[in-house]
Amino acid sequence: MFNTLQKWLPKIILSPSIFLVTVCIYGYVAWTGYLSLTHSRFLPNFKWAGLLQYNKLMENDRWVTSCINLLIFGVLFIIISIILGTLLAILLDQNIRQEGAIRTIYLYPMALSFIVTGTAWKWILNPGLGLEKMMHDWGWTSFEFNWLVSNDMSVYTLVIAAVWQSSGFVMAMFLAGLRGIDSSIVKAAQIDGASMPTIYWKIILPCLRPVFFSAVIITSHIAIKSFDLVTALTSGGPGYSSDLPALFMYTHAFTRGQMGLGAASAMMMLAGVLAILVPYLYSELRNREQ
Amino acid sequence: MTKFSPGRIFIYSILVLFCAIYLMPLLVMLLTSFKSLPDIRGGNLLSLPEVWVFDAWFKAWGTACTGVTCEGVKGYFWNSFKMAVPAVFISTLIGALNGYVIAHWRFKGSNLFFALMLFGCFIPFQVILLPMAATLGKFGLANTTTGLVFVHVVYGLVFTTLFFRNFYVSVPGELVKAAKLDGAGFFTIFFKIMLPISKPIIMVCIIWQFTQIWNDFLFGVVYSGSDSQPITVALNNLVNTSTGVKEYNVDMAAAIIAALPTLFVYVVAGKYFVRGLTAGSVKG
Repeated sequence: MFNTLQKWLPKIILSPSIFLVTVCIYGYVAWTGYLSLTHSRFLPNFKWAGLLQYNKLMENDRWVTSCINLLIFGVLFIIISIILGTLLAILLDQNIRQEGAIRTIYLYPMALSFIVTGTAWKWILNPGLGLEKMMHDWGWTSFEFNWLVSNDMSVYTLVIAAVWQSSGFVMAMFLAGLRGIDSSIVKAAQIDGASMPTIYWKIILPCLRPVFFSAVIITSHIAIKSFDLVTALTSGGPGYSSDLPALFMYTHAFTRGQMGLGAASAMMMLAGVLAILVPYLYSELRNREQ
Repeated sequence: MTKFSPGRIFIYSILVLFCAIYLMPLLVMLLTSFKSLPDIRGGNLLSLPEVWVFDAWFKAWGTACTGVTCEGVKGYFWNSFKMAVPAVFISTLIGALNGYVIAHWRFKGSNLFFALMLFGCFIPFQVILLPMAATLGKFGLANTTTGLVFVHVVYGLVFTTLFFRNFYVSVPGELVKAAKLDGAGFFTIFFKIMLPISKPIIMVCIIWQFTQIWNDFLFGVVYSGSDSQPITVALNNLVNTSTGVKEYNVDMAAAIIAALPTLFVYVVAGKYFVRGLTAGSVKG
């Protein structure tokens, strides 16, 4: 009796989680996929619509804008965060006094909610009273900064706030990577007469390739799921000039009664994540086999 | 290398400059929250308050308008605790047991389940929002704190399981086998061998889950009702309430109140926070 119970216990313990993961992740993805193929509006409607919602999505100017914005925002955010993170990590790796304190300061924004970050930067970038006024007070009277209310520039404010929040984290990843490099390789290169910049460029940075790839995966993931930051900072505005797919999905599925269209946009977001993830996982697995 | 070569001075000045850049928004928030409205219009972001006043803090806590009601953020602050504490506790407990099973009591299919779970970490949550809303509605959990706790447990247990599994895998299997031969059962091994060594991973897990759940906005805005809204949703409502004069000092005080619990955790347990980040940073 005791032994039978022991045999079954692990399965019994794991089964609720297996049930929840199967239903609430994979089942729900299928459910959303199904909804995206129906005429659902305010309420689910199971009348088959084929690819109608996807066609509507492609012709929807707001969706196209939000995808272009995601591309601009994502690419800039990823590149700037990684360059900044790498540079700061290299500088911090030079036997710096108070390294711990500096690291703590670089990383604290990661503890904040994107809603708090958005609220703070909305105030700092305020066209009348924010940065502009401060520069005027400090004597730079021709300084202008109205990105927050400009159709063309509002998406770049998202980049500023997101880089501020996440670049410290990229720095921490690269710093951990640098600490893992065998110092004897560097010493050998120094003895051979290589200069420090050459050593970094030719030896150390190539060693950090895996860190670089995980940083791209993580930051692109942050970019695609960006919903709270854009809600708090620009609410997608002015107009829908700084809209992002995650906000588009929320607005259409929950406030505009366009459930089918919202579901279709969610499936497109999933496709975007898979397009980045699958090649990455594939190359990871292949590397591990070799 | 001498200590004060020009190169060293250059490196230090860049590092200090970036400290200033990272700290600036926090400083602006603090300074603004202690100013009066005329003071805000008269000064600039980094000017010191003419007179330090606490009015904005009292208003943000007790009387500011967040949408339809004007009772400040205090109720929502406690809502966040009521949601985060049970959700963190339950998801950590389930994660510890799951991780223990996957690491030391493998059975046919348990590895497949782990792979499915890992892959599930990456999905953008938008793709589960609509069905989950329907499910919560069906069970009468829509707009309740219980519903929010449920959602956070379900999507958090993927990460807590991952944390504990990776930790328990490093415990030698021979130890568990020897205990089994001595007649120790499933729970005896868990409580006598695993739990006593788990303190660091429990810390990482609790801090990670607390930060994630406290800072969450997406689930909060979709699944909460007016009396179960978490602080992040209330803060966003407060800032975007468009009636009357815009009170930046109140916005900033409310933002700091919303950030305080996670900042506090970061300051007292930063080490565990960073470890959690690197282990679980793919959160959808």
